[in-house]
Amino acid sequence: MVMTHSTRRSARPKASLERPESPFKIRRKTRRTVSDWVILGIVVGIAVIVAAPFYLIIINSFKSPEDYAENGPLQFPVTPYFDGIIAFWNRVNFPLKLWNSFLISGTVAVAAVIISVLNAYVIGIGKVKGRTWIVVVFLIANILPQEVLLYPLYFIFKAVSLYDSVWSVIIIFTVFQAAFGTYLLSSVYGTFPKEILEAAAIDGASRWKILWRVVVPISRPTLSVLLVFFFIWTWNEFLIPLAFLTSNDNQTVPVAIATLQGDRILDITTTSASALLGVLPTIIFFLIFQRTLARGITAGAVK
Amino acid sequence: METGHNDKESRLSGEHRAPRAGSHPLRSVTSVNASRSSRKIGSRPLERAGYWFYLVPGFVLLTAIVIIPLCWNIYLSFTSYRGIRPPVWIGLGNWQRLVSDAQFWTAFINSVAMIIAMVIIPTVLGLVIGAVLFDLIARKFGGKTAAFLRATYYLPQILPIAVAAILVGWILRPDDGALNHILSRLGLPNLEHNWLGSPDTALSSIMVVMIWVQLGYPVVIFMAALQRVDPELYEAADLDGANWFQRFTAISISIIRPEIYVVTLTCTIAALKVFGPIYTLTRGGPGTSTIVPSFYSYIQFFKNQQVGYGATIATALTLVILLVAIFFIRAQHRSEQQEGAR
Repeated sequence: MVMTHSTRRSARPKASLERPESPFKIRRKTRRTVSDWVILGIVVGIAVIVAAPFYLIIINSFKSPEDYAENGPLQFPVTPYFDGIIAFWNRVNFPLKLWNSFLISGTVAVAAVIISVLNAYVIGIGKVKGRTWIVVVFLIANILPQEVLLYPLYFIFKAVSLYDSVWSVIIIFTVFQAAFGTYLLSSVYGTFPKEILEAAAIDGASRWKILWRVVVPISRPTLSVLLVFFFIWTWNEFLIPLAFLTSNDNQTVPVAIATLQGDRILDITTTSASALLGVLPTIIFFLIFQRTLARGITAGAVK
Repeated sequence: METGHNDKESRLSGEHRAPRAGSHPLRSVTSVNASRSSRKIGSRPLERAGYWFYLVPGFVLLTAIVIIPLCWNIYLSFTSYRGIRPPVWIGLGNWQRLVSDAQFWTAFINSVAMIIAMVIIPTVLGLVIGAVLFDLIARKFGGKTAAFLRATYYLPQILPIAVAAILVGWILRPDDGALNHILSRLGLPNLEHNWLGSPDTALSSIMVVMIWVQLGYPVVIFMAALQRVDPELYEAADLDGANWFQRFTAISISIIRPEIYVVTLTCTIAALKVFGPIYTLTRGGPGTSTIVPSFYSYIQFFKNQQVGYGATIATALTLVILLVAIFFIRAQHRSEQQEGAR
């Protein structure tokens, strides 16, 4: 059986193998054997298991606790029930948490991209002496566990009265994300076409102008990938926002939801609603930035 | 035309004020003339020196937020410090305590469990699923089917890890959770369990959560990597009578080896750093059954006010992570050299 489908494979056009995202363009499909269906069943089964928690959270967020107790978690809600979502929304002042997360993630994404560009300009295009060591420093900064910086940072931000302010978290994550961005962009800029830079210099562009009028526009696709990733990574961060944003009004979405989990006031379907509210923003980002993300996930691993 | 000497000077001053040059068209004009002539003279090092200016903001921030805190933390690991009175130097006291601290070792053994759940199982499953989706599903059932399945596996990856933990934690609730509910409906009430609340199942429950979270990452990476495989290699293997599994191990795995290194390295580091799921699901409990180094140091910092000891745990964790990274990078380097020698 294995042999039969492998001989068929060789008859197929090469292009389909190189671009597997769009093999649906190929009209010819090979005959499916029983074992193919069995394997499809297994991978679909795994996908169902992976998706199951999402499904359960969605249907149970719109259920009353009585409905849940009576009909269990698998049934559709008897009547749609919004009190759980409304209760949690008001309980945590969800719009404020959304705004905090947006403010933090958005500012970090923009600031970290700018810092990464400046650093990478020096390392990748300036090719300064000792650049390998500079990259190593940024790389180490990138893999350090946050715990090892936690207490000194806590101390520093208390000293400058930025503790329990979104700005402490913004500054910290700008540096963390820029460490990664510098590492990635430096290697991208390392291969920047020299002719373009020289042409710009001959045309009279200063170094500052070359950076903003030549380098940044040309590398915009990479920068937009970084921007999206920095935004989502910062949105998803947990330890430092948890330690630094102690008052309710400053919390981010994940922290607000996680800290309320032990709360006994929340009944089971309200808890489900809380998880739903935590999931929704990231699903929305995923749908908006799908293409950028797909490009970035794979590019990051190859670098 | 100015002399070479003056050129250098004007260039230098121009570079140091580079950020404002854009708003002064005149200056940029003069600096062009300068750079033209100075290139002939060959002042390449000077040209490079001007770039350092752009590194200033990034380096100042890195120093303040990473380098100084890191050194400070290492210093604190040699002190007794409770956060109020100044730290007292106690030499290796904390480190001696660490070596004989059973909780610390439990935390690291649990880290091994996290590595199994976040690295080994997802990588192995990801290789097989990635190859099956790429090789079989995309070919026989269409690329859209494969892409849809891939997106489904990836779904948990986009969640904040704390929220992902809550999602599964909700299902595992002890009294009224979905899993126990389903078990009792199926007539298996004796299988009902306080999954996260009993020492015997808490760690494995968290491992299941982490497998669920991680699986999509290797699947996506490996599927992308498999596009590099030259179909002619497969054809050659087929002619030699290799079956699917032989082809998979001999060709696919060796070609996507760089990605396997990247995935295992990044996931191992992530596994050693796990904090969110532990904090949201079990807070290290029951007892110390799910404690991990990062959570243990957090407790020392903010709950027990043992800042010096917390710093020691964090420093030890950092050392382990750096060693793992160095080990991986060297192993990858060596395997690349072997490839090159072949």
